[in-house]
Parts: sequence; structure tokens; C-alpha cells
Amino acid sequence: MASMPDVDLWGVPLAMLGGAIRVSTPFLFVSLGECLTERAGRVNLGLEGTLVLGAMTGYGAAYETGSAWLGVGAAALAGTLFGAVHGVVCRLPRVNDIATGIALMLLGIGLAFFFGKPYIQPVAPDLPAIPFGWWSESPQVRTALNVNVLFLAGCALAVALAWMFRATRIGLTIRVVGDSSDAARAMGVRTHTVRLLATAAGGALAGVGGAYLSLYYPGSWNEGISSGQGLMAVALVIFARWNPVRCLGAALLFGGAGALGPALQSVGITQGYHLFYAAPYVLTLGLLVATSSPTRALAGAPGELSISR
Amino acid sequence: MTAAAMHGAALSVLDGGLAAVRRRGEAVIIPVGALVAGLLAFAIFLAFIGRSPVEFYGLVYKAAFGSAFSWENTLARTAPLLLAALCTALPARLGMIMIGGEGAIVLGGVAAGVFAMSWPALPGALGIAGMAAAAALAGGIWIGAIGLVRHVRGVNETIASLLMAYVAVALMNHLVEGPFRDAGSLNKPSTAPLADGFRTGTIPGFDVHWGLAIGIAACVLCWILLERTSWGFAARIVGGNVRAAHVQGLPVGRLVVGFSVLAGSLAGIAGMVEVAAVHGAANASLAAGYGYTGILIAFLARHHMLAIIPVATLLAGFDAASGLVQRRMDLPDATVLVLQGMVFVSILAGEALHGRLTWLRGPARS
Amino acid sequence: MNRKRNQSRRDLLTTTAGMAIAATAGTLMPWRVGQAASLTVGFLYVGPKDDYGYNQAHAEGAAALRAIDGVTLVEEENVPETVDVQKSMESMINFDGVTLLFPTSFGYFDPHILAVAPDHPGLRFQHCGGLWNAGDHPANVGSYFGYIGMGQYLNGIIAGHATASKKIGFVAAKPIPQVLLNINSFLLGARAVDPSIACQVIFTGEWSMPVKEAEATNALIDQGADVVTCHVDGPKVVMETAAGRGAYLCGYHANQSPLAPEQYLTGAEWNWAKVYQDMVETTLAGGTISNFVRGGLAENFVKMSPLGPAVSGPARKQFEAAKAEIMQGGFAVIRGPLKDNRGNVVATEGQSFVETDVALESMDYLVEGVIGSTS
Repeated sequence: MASMPDVDLWGVPLAMLGGAIRVSTPFLFVSLGECLTERAGRVNLGLEGTLVLGAMTGYGAAYETGSAWLGVGAAALAGTLFGAVHGVVCRLPRVNDIATGIALMLLGIGLAFFFGKPYIQPVAPDLPAIPFGWWSESPQVRTALNVNVLFLAGCALAVALAWMFRATRIGLTIRVVGDSSDAARAMGVRTHTVRLLATAAGGALAGVGGAYLSLYYPGSWNEGISSGQGLMAVALVIFARWNPVRCLGAALLFGGAGALGPALQSVGITQGYHLFYAAPYVLTLGLLVATSSPTRALAGAPGELSISR
Repeated sequence: MTAAAMHGAALSVLDGGLAAVRRRGEAVIIPVGALVAGLLAFAIFLAFIGRSPVEFYGLVYKAAFGSAFSWENTLARTAPLLLAALCTALPARLGMIMIGGEGAIVLGGVAAGVFAMSWPALPGALGIAGMAAAAALAGGIWIGAIGLVRHVRGVNETIASLLMAYVAVALMNHLVEGPFRDAGSLNKPSTAPLADGFRTGTIPGFDVHWGLAIGIAACVLCWILLERTSWGFAARIVGGNVRAAHVQGLPVGRLVVGFSVLAGSLAGIAGMVEVAAVHGAANASLAAGYGYTGILIAFLARHHMLAIIPVATLLAGFDAASGLVQRRMDLPDATVLVLQGMVFVSILAGEALHGRLTWLRGPARS
Repeated sequence: MNRKRNQSRRDLLTTTAGMAIAATAGTLMPWRVGQAASLTVGFLYVGPKDDYGYNQAHAEGAAALRAIDGVTLVEEENVPETVDVQKSMESMINFDGVTLLFPTSFGYFDPHILAVAPDHPGLRFQHCGGLWNAGDHPANVGSYFGYIGMGQYLNGIIAGHATASKKIGFVAAKPIPQVLLNINSFLLGARAVDPSIACQVIFTGEWSMPVKEAEATNALIDQGADVVTCHVDGPKVVMETAAGRGAYLCGYHANQSPLAPEQYLTGAEWNWAKVYQDMVETTLAGGTISNFVRGGLAENFVKMSPLGPAVSGPARKQFEAAKAEIMQGGFAVIRGPLKDNRGNVVATEGQSFVETDVALESMDYLVEGVIGSTS
């Protein structure tokens, strides 16, 4: 096409890199939170609700206090509270954690929308980003490498969690609780308390993921802010086989593939754009089918998990 | 306390051989009690923000259950949820957690729309049957494929069905905006409008479309299938213990795939009903979130096929009340979401009470 | 907040009174619009009322009705385009005695309004954006819309002066006639300044999808666009993202200048307050609203945001001149010779489609100079 000589095809991979960094953070935090929860033997399918509640609380608190970081703190607090509710309800006998998660998802979204109405209009302060692209002349490179602090924190957290599970006493305790309540009890571990704490901590992380959405990218609170990122992130944990570092990989892959749709359109490849937008899902599905096998189904799955039983 | 004691005493007279009755009693008393507790919790929430719970519940009753119109409003919203819930509840009985019914619904709708525009001259009944068959096929293949990859490759069906649901919505948008778009659909890209004979209207004398009857019939038939046939019995064994099912020589693979196909077909028909009874063409409005609401209903109903009907009705009733509450009390539309969340958490937490109601069991054992 | 609450309590009182009258009159009797000097008006929105965009524009118009004596306003937000909207309309009719309804989303028209309206011949359903015609549609349904494409043309003129890269960007929801007309008008406005300007469009596929809107905006700016506008339900995310990247902004639906006062150039806004006041006053006076209502800048259906500080003198001059020409009526943005971006002729030499031409409401092409495709 003669009308677009200035189109930069290198922009596509660059946009995907930038998109991976920008879009992946909520997936990363929620999936780390869910990873922690599931490692302790419980499924919290309601982190989508926690994410949305975190987004609203974070934005509202940042607006009221003028500090984006206080917003993140408030989001974490709201997430902790919601995680704790899930933990308390699910420790009751016979209560199904998956169903409770879905009901809490509804409640979280409901509370966020209910109290969030006055915050749709105002503009709250944004979280800062670090310009790692300062060395480049190209505005594309600069934008792609403009990295938010929360993303870096999430990366560090993924590594730290992996180390915790592998090498620390706390990590071992969580794993034992998640793999076998009986073994944990034999070791004198209070399984209910461990699960409650893990679920609350998982909720806190999901809340922070929500704060990233409303305080950095896209950086405003409204009722459509989450297009199912929380639900997807919970699913990514299974994809990542309950490994925090793989959660990071899955989140980056998902974010990067999500940037493909707009990036291709921006260089003039526009036909069938809905199908490009499905790229992250198709890609994940393909990898899932390719890497699964009936003999080692759910390798790495905590034994107490209701999904894997 | 005394009332409970008297109740307990009365029951203790009948104690012995009435365990089944007691179980049934629990199955009703516990959810209803938990429902009331949830409503009370929400009343406290309302009072806390300075609103009248009495006015609120008065309006909910009036708008959702208080008149013939209110029932029409509630049941019209119930209709699509029944089939959507079956799409989660059926596979759940085999131990699968399918959360992607939305995908089968939208593709079922598209298949029905495309069938209708491909053979518009068919007689009405044949056209409707064809649309239903096309929708069931599309939905059945979609969810059946998930059952298949689970069985053959050990792919986790929860994540696979969620991913497939997003792919299905993208595919639906692509198809109705691209290859199957009717040039006359202007600002709402859709397939061609259905021929008049293809429209399934409302139930006579009752302003609710036939989807309600189809949904109830489907719940009853699924209940019969599960509880009264050898297929259902086999499926429940698979759900209880896969190894035991293998040991007994049950065709686990065929059951897993077969029930997935059935679940997807029902969701597909839900999409077809939306097209034939509501929208009159397939378009993006098919992705209304019924599939996701269905997951919640299935879990609340504990995957019991008949319990789906009252649970879906309750949820739809709250939705039907949302408008009046917004208009009269100036509360945001999300109020009903908060109510639903509180009520459902309460009902789920109430499950802990099963087998623990000592007064129901008789005072002797307390 | 407090004031709003009092207001609603007053509404409640009048509504209850209205219901009492309805009950005595018998609910089977159709309502006679305009018999009494009071009127209950119902609004339904597809999204939240304060989305800085489509729904907010309508809600602000509705709010202006509170100033009229005898008018009671009832509203419902986040009503999906399913059987829900049919039942919500009927609920308003049955419980609140609403006699004039404004279901404001395009998707409410067919089949929902068309299904409900024939059952209520005494009531009036006013729908935004639809193409009512006497042959196919009930007589108690009317459609109204504004020529906001003219606003995007004026946006384009300002953008054409502001762009240094000669590339402007458009974030759009779906390739439908209303959106295509806006994209084409935006580019043609810019080309009235400099014919070498190109407009890149990115479709998000959804009316409200913030993360995709932000990604689309970033992608546009990465490819060199330095002025951005949009057509999605809530433009806030696009505006904030583009402002963060240092681009200039042209608004849509409502005035978004508070989001980035320095970079906001102007915007095409709805002025529903005027339209709704007219319709309600006509009804109160016992008159009948016309079934097909359209208006543009001249009729005050559409207005432009005040020009921002970054707008240059020459830009302001050309903007004012074009606006004056549009105000006279008969202005055509689409005029020949003009090709679409696949090379097909859409208007021959001398052929023009004036703003009132209904053919524009079924537009299915992007003009030459727009980078993007319609499917």
C-alpha cells in the first residue's frame, strides 16, 4: 500500500515487548496470589472480584489521600480482607471453596461498583514508572521500556516465592499443608491457620494487581476496568503448574500476545482483527495441549486441591 | 430455643426410620435458613449506609414476585440461566469443572443464525428444529472437544474451557461482523433477521418465551438421565472415583466426552433460544454473561439438576428487582450484586450445618 | 450526594401519587400522553451514567429535565441489550407509570423496543440512533440522532493543523456506519488542511474495554500518530493514555478537557439537554414528537468543546470558517471525487452527500487516506 511508507514493521515485536510489560502485571500478581493460595491446598476462584475491588479501593484511596502508594496499600488491605473471608468460610466443613470463590467474586465486584460510583470521574495520581529506555532515541523503545515499579516488584516476588517454596521452613509448611492435611497435622502444623494466612496473602496480591490496573495501566477506575484478567490469571496458575517463576512467564506471554492485536492493526494488518485479539487464548491453549499428557496429568498439583482431586 | 426444643421433641417422636425425611428436611431448612441469614446480613449493610431495609425488601418482593408481571420479569430472566447452569452441572457430576459455557452459548447462537439465513425458505417447524440441531452441534463440539482433550491428553478442563470461551466470543464477533454480516444490520452487526416462521414466540397467556419451558424440561430430563438410568449411574461413579470406574470396566472416556457433548449441546440450544425467541438474529448481544452466571447457579445447586430451577429463579428475581430499586431508592445498580454476593456466600457457608442440626436430629443426641 | 437524595425522595412521592391515580384509573387503560400537565419520563442506559462518554452525555441531558415543572425522571443504568431491557421498560411502565421512554442504546431498538412498543400504543418510545420508517415500525416509536460526524470533521481541521507527523489516530470500537462516518469525517477535516495527512484507525472490537483502548492508543502513537480521537463508549482511558504519551487530543461524546487541559484541542459533544427538553415540552403541551428527528450543530444537537490553549491562530480561523459554513446547512463532508481506501469510487465528481443524507447512515467504507479495514 503506497499510503503507508512510514510504517515501522519492527514496531510489532517492540510493541509486544512493551505490551508484555504493561499488560502482564495484573496477571502476574493475581496468579502469584492464587499460586500461594493453591499451594496451601485451597482454590480461590474469586480473585477476579478481589482484583476489581482492589482497583476501586486503590483508586479511591489514592484520590482521597493524593498518594498512589497509599492507594496500593489500601488495595492490598481490601484484598487481604477478602482473602480472609474466603479462608474463614472455606475452613468450615463441607463448604466448597470453588463455589465460595465464585460467590465472593460477585460480592467483590458488587461492592467495588457500589462504592466506586463517585470515583469514576475524578483523576487520581498515577504510580511512577522507571524510564529504562533513556538510552534510546526512539520514542517506541522509550515507551516499551518505561517500566512500572510494581512490575519489577512482581518479578522479584515471583523469584522470592519460588525460593520460599523450595528452601524455607514457611515454604515447606505451606507445601505440606497443600499436599496432605494428614501429614501436616502429624507434623503438628495447624493446617487451617496456614491456609487462612495463605488465602489472605493471596488476596492481598490480587488487590495489588487491581491497583495496578486503576493506578497505572490503563490508569483509571471504571466498571469495565477488568475484562476478566483475574479469572484468567487463576487459570494461568494451572498452566504454570503451580510454579511462581512459570507464573511470571505465563503472565508475560499472555500480556505480549495481547499486544499483538493493536500492534498488527497499527501497521495496517487489520482484516479479521477479532481473531488477533484471541491470540493469547489460542496460544495458551495450544501450549497447554502440547505440554499436557495423560500420564503426568496435573504434575506439581498440590494434593489437597479440589481441582485436582 | 423453646420453639426449637419443641420442634425437636416433636420430631423425636418420629425418630427411627425417618432418616431420609430428616435429610430432606435439612436439604430445605438449611438453604432457606441460610438465605434468610444472607438477607439479614444485607439488611444490616443497608441500615449501615443509612437506607431502609424494609423499603428495599418490599420493592424486591414487588418487582420480582409480587404480581403476574413481576413473575414474567423474573422468569424471562431465568430462562437462559437454566441451560447455562446445566453446562457446568452435568460435567461436574463426572468430576469436571467446566467454566466455559459462555463459549457454547455464543457459538450455538451463531450456528442457529447461520442456519436460518442459509435455509430461510424451510417451513417454520423444520427451520426451528434445524436451528436447534445446528446450535446443539456447535455447542456440543465446542465443549465435547474439551472433554476429549481432557481424556486423551490430560488437559485441565477448567482452564481449557475458559480459554475456549474467550476464543468463542472472538470467533462470534468475527463471524457476525465479517462473513455472515447482514448488510442491513448497520450499527449492530448481525446475521440476517430470522424468517417470521423461525421465531419461537412466547408461551400463550404468559409473556415469557419458550426458553423457560425448554430449560425446565432440560433440567428434568437431565435429572432422569443421572438418577434413573444406567448411564447416569455410571457417570456418577466416574465422578465419585475414576479409578473405581476403570476397575469396574466402565467406558470412562466415552462418558466424559459424551456428557461434555451433552452439556455443550444444551448451552448451544440456550444460544439458539436467545436468537429465535429474543434477538431474531445472531449478534454480539449473545455474549451476555449467562454462561458465567450459570457456573454460580450450578455450584449453588450443588450440581443437582432440579435444584438449578429454584436457584436460577432466585437469582433472576434479584436481577428483576434491580431496576425498581434503582428508580425508587436511588441506589446504584450494583446494589443487587452485593445482595446476591452476600446471600450466596451465606447459602454456601450454610452447607457446614448439614448433619449438625441436633434439634432436627432429636434432643437425645445433643 | 445529599441533594440528590432529597431529589429522589421527592420523585418517590410524586411517583407514588402517580401510581395511585394509575391504580384508580385501571391499569388496562392506555395512558394518554399530555392529558395532565405532569409526565413521568424513563431513561435506560447501556453502561454507567458517568462514563465520561456516551451514557454520561445522555444522563446529563436527562438531568436537565429535572428543571421542567411536572416532570418526574426515572433512570436505570447498565441495562444489557437482552430480554432484560424489555422487562426493564415494562417495569418502568407498570410500576412507575412512565409514559415517555428514552432507551438510549442503539442495540435497544431491534428487537427490544419493536417487541415492547406495540403492546403499549398509548406510550411513546424515543430511541437514539435508529432509522425509524413508517412502513416497518410502530407509530409510537420515534428515532433521533445528531450529525456528530460534522463535529469530527471540525476535530479533523484542528488536528490537521496540530499534527507535525502528518499522521493522526482514531481508536474505534466497531466498524459500523456511525463509527465509519466519524473516522472518515475526522480524516477529511484534516485533509482540508493538508491533503497528505493519513489517519490510522484501530478497532478494539468492544464498546468498553479499557485495557485494549489503552493498548490501541499506545500502538497508534508508536506508529507516529500525534493527534488522537476516538469513538468508544467512555473516552477517558484513550484521552489519559494519549495525554501521557504527549499527543494532542480531540474529544468525543462529552467534554474531556478536564483530563488534560493543555493537550485537549477541542471535541465533538452531544447536546442532548436541548433535544430532551424540546421533546418533553412538546409532550407536556399535548403535541406529538416527530417520529424521525435529526439535527446537527445548527440545531444545537451537537456542540464543540471550547478550543484549547494549544490551538493555533490559523487553525482557529479555519475552524470558525468551516463551522460557520456548516451552520448554514447543506454542508457535505463526503463529496466527489472521492475514493475509498480500496480504490472504489464512493462519490463521483460533483456528487455530494450533505449531512442530512440518510445514505450516510449506512456507510460501509473508509475513505482513501484512512489506514484500516471495515471487517
